[in-house]
Amino acid sequence: MKFGIVTFPGSNGDYDAYHAVTENLGEDATYLWHKDHDLQGSDVIILPGGFSYGDYLRSGAIARFSPIMSEVISHAKSGGPVIAFCNGFQIACEAGLLPGALLRNSRLQFVSAPVRVRVENADTIFTNRYQPGQVLKIPVAHGDGRYVATGEDLDELEGEGRVTFRYTDADGNVSDAANPNGSERNIAGIMNEGGNVLGMMPHPERACSPLVGSVDGVRLFESILSKVAV
Amino acid sequence: MSTFRIAVHITPRKGLLDPQGNAVKGALHTLGFAPVREVHVGRYVIVETEASDATAAEHAVTDMCRKLLANPVTEDFEIETAVPA
Repeated sequence: MKFGIVTFPGSNGDYDAYHAVTENLGEDATYLWHKDHDLQGSDVIILPGGFSYGDYLRSGAIARFSPIMSEVISHAKSGGPVIAFCNGFQIACEAGLLPGALLRNSRLQFVSAPVRVRVENADTIFTNRYQPGQVLKIPVAHGDGRYVATGEDLDELEGEGRVTFRYTDADGNVSDAANPNGSERNIAGIMNEGGNVLGMMPHPERACSPLVGSVDGVRLFESILSKVAV
Repeated sequence: MSTFRIAVHITPRKGLLDPQGNAVKGALHTLGFAPVREVHVGRYVIVETEASDATAAEHAVTDMCRKLLANPVTEDFEIETAVPA
């Protein structure tokens, strides 16, 4: 399986994603330059973390109009898997691939720390190798991670099982203290209606080796391998 | 075609948590401005654009706000009257 990792000006999670896919997963990966119009036959697209375009205007607002995004959007609309981590999540929301938006953390501080997230739906192409309710330790590193959406959108996400991850404590309890950024309903990750686009603020690609303190991200990539036919 | 200058005010949507506004309000209270009830922090964008007339310029900038300058989920915008640049 081939993963295409988009590099925007200001991306910094592209190397981490590449490393996770090639070294930890043993699959093929290629970088896709944001100015190109070619996904190079990638089966899965990763929109990585970082600070594309310096977060000017709003996080993700300008990257969303990068040339390659028209191909990424077509790929997503035709059911192709897209994983959007952190800044990628912000870009995916700005692009309309996912509902809602990511705003400044409620405590106004950049948060760089391991957090706990609970698997809310283990029956997706991104989470099928986890147990429902499993609590994962995955790092976050963001200043604009507070997920907001309209009440109707939030209810729809919940009702359709599209909230994939929620911030909790180590025992899986939802609380304000376990919410690193003030996200509505402690939402850490969501999917689109088709279940083929995942956006999440935590970085599973940075939790794939005992060297960095957690391997809880590995199964996310394994889930995709087991479900996506090449 | 003439060049027009239009100022745009972009503010957090009413009702959404505005931590920046709240932090500034707290600082103003600390400074002794006790009567302050609400503070909101937004963006001020100035666009100079060519257009056939002021109305066309305002329409164009409204379109820019909808497509890029403001986020329709979280922000409101107001544009000022176009003036010759």
